[in-house]
Amino acid sequence: METTAMGHAEVHDHGHGPTGLKRWLTTTNHKDIGSMYLWFSFAMFIVGGIMALLIRAELFEPGLQFLDPERYNQIVTLHGLIMVFGAIMPAFVGFANWMIPMQIGASDMAFGRLNNWSFWLLIPASLLLVTSLFVPGGAAGVGWTLYPPLSIQMGMGMDLAIFSVHILGISSILGSINIITTILNLRAPGMTMMKMPMFAWTWLITAFLIIAVMPVFAGAVTMLLTDRHFGTSFFSAAGGGDPVLFQHVFWFFGHPEVYIVILPGFGIISQVISAFSRKPLFGYASMVYATASIAVLSFFVWGHHMFTSGMPVTGQLFYMYATMLIAIPTGVKVFNWIATMWRGTLTFETPMLFALGFIFLFTMGGFSGLVLAMTAVDVQMHNTYYVVAHFHYTMVAGALFSAFAAVYYWLPKWTGHMYNEKLGKVHFWLTMAFFNMTFFVQHFLGLAGMPRRIPDYALQFADFNRISSIGAFGLGISQLLFLYIVVSCIKGGPKAAAKPWDGAEGLEWDVPSPAPYHTWEIQPQVK
Amino acid sequence: MSASVSSKNRTLLTRLALFSLLMFGFGYALVPLYKVFCNITGLNAVNLTAAPVNSQVDTGRLVDIEFDSNVHDLPWKFRPLQSHISVHPGEVAQAEFEVVNTRGEPMTGQAIPSYGPREAGEYFKKITCFCFNKQTLAAGESRHMPVVFVVDPALPRDIGTITLSYTFFEVEGNKRAEAKAIPTGS
Repeated sequence: METTAMGHAEVHDHGHGPTGLKRWLTTTNHKDIGSMYLWFSFAMFIVGGIMALLIRAELFEPGLQFLDPERYNQIVTLHGLIMVFGAIMPAFVGFANWMIPMQIGASDMAFGRLNNWSFWLLIPASLLLVTSLFVPGGAAGVGWTLYPPLSIQMGMGMDLAIFSVHILGISSILGSINIITTILNLRAPGMTMMKMPMFAWTWLITAFLIIAVMPVFAGAVTMLLTDRHFGTSFFSAAGGGDPVLFQHVFWFFGHPEVYIVILPGFGIISQVISAFSRKPLFGYASMVYATASIAVLSFFVWGHHMFTSGMPVTGQLFYMYATMLIAIPTGVKVFNWIATMWRGTLTFETPMLFALGFIFLFTMGGFSGLVLAMTAVDVQMHNTYYVVAHFHYTMVAGALFSAFAAVYYWLPKWTGHMYNEKLGKVHFWLTMAFFNMTFFVQHFLGLAGMPRRIPDYALQFADFNRISSIGAFGLGISQLLFLYIVVSCIKGGPKAAAKPWDGAEGLEWDVPSPAPYHTWEIQPQVK
Repeated sequence: MSASVSSKNRTLLTRLALFSLLMFGFGYALVPLYKVFCNITGLNAVNLTAAPVNSQVDTGRLVDIEFDSNVHDLPWKFRPLQSHISVHPGEVAQAEFEVVNTRGEPMTGQAIPSYGPREAGEYFKKITCFCFNKQTLAAGESRHMPVVFVVDPALPRDIGTITLSYTFFEVEGNKRAEAKAIPTGS
């Protein structure tokens, strides 16, 4: 993207702002808030990761070793909630905070103070979740889907989870309103919608998804809360309610939610693939329309999570075909990425490696999703490790890999230093190998009938579980290398140019590295 | 940020916040909507409608069952209430007969079945039948009597029609047996 005005070369030194902790508590600067989001998300990633390792330690061999079944279910539930709402979503909001104003030529987000609130709400929410492990009765042990009747019967840990979900929901709704307003109102002159970088586009669509479905989820958990304590009977069968209704309401939120988690990743991958292929993105307009179609379709497929809950054949067929329909826009995106690389001048720096890993593994996750979409097959696979393998291929190899790609891609812009490329590549290959070691074998376990959310298993599953557990510990330890790479890049390293990737495009590369505290105070003119 | 942009932002903020509130309400609206939707589509009635199905029924063919009735030396009127029915082999069917005691005193008889063609007999499974018991009729009494049966799906395919014929005999040893001396003219 060409601009007539260059970014501000002078680095503002603001002597008037508060310093120390107060600076971070009161900041309205999108870069400060973006950094806090990213660090918070990494911390939650570690917390959720430790929980994952507890799960895998328990499953290392048959029998009960470390966790009793109640505690195991609590850990499984919190792992899911923390990774989705604490790690992945805040990571993408962090990228959005840092990059969207720079990409569209805005000086900051539209609502600075709201932005500050969106972030700081995350802290009590996450504390509620983590401390619920230590209240009498323990944390919610119902799975991240919070299905009644169990969630109506759980102890007070469930209430803490419900309040946590409320706060997380408010945080992400406020964040989304901010992002939508920023993108719609604060674009630089000449930056038309169809000139926006894909990351901004995918986030705009994601933000609309969030404000459409997070309130529905908030409503569902509020109904759970009143069923538990205030004598209503929305889901309590004893009072005439219907537990299956909760499943419908939950998945009306839950299916769009999984696209909320992945769509910003699609945007990041689109930009990284284009940068390291040194070619403009193939089929930009079709990418925008594909993203929008995925978002719209996501509202009509929730029933595929409920094939075994009881549904007429017509309903099953509808949800099966509607789900398979999503493969079309997703296929458009994958083929566009491949076409972008076609005859490009490819180099394989770490962001590109993660992007390629993303395409390879996410597509596999997409295909196992198509397998599960078939009603007749799903009845067999429902609640087995096949499903666990499927959504970790989309969430870890999808969302997390795209987050890693984004960190390596924009780290020089944030810190002004180049990260250690060699270690970055080692991080990628370790992650790639251990990820597949952990999750690929889970397909076999699921096909053989191993159920999820159970701390023990039959002896014939022992070998694959052992491989999976070893992979999980490798995957977890490899992320410490990531932390080391990021910290050492912040502390020093070779000086990064304003545009360290010669194929990269976008306004963010017109400002110096590291990006000054205030950018685009005078909006650039986009031709 | 200029004042016009600032007010534009505020307008959008209000609209988006209202939209979120609406969607919160929509979550609650899903409760009555779900009930209405279930009533219209039967989405929720899946367990009620799934009646057990007899998988042993051979729906590929129909067998005609013809009914015939006789009395042997007995002053009763005995007739089938239907001349024939068509059934799928394996399907449970029911036929009814009517018997009338024309005499002014109680009498006891028993019906004996026979089948045509003869080899169909072993495939004709009666579940309940008036012929399993002696029937005692009071003077002038009329009675409707069922036979519930299944035609075995193993019935040879060349048998398309089975005739079920009942004959009522007066039970031997009955004290009314002496009444045989009086001709009945049947």
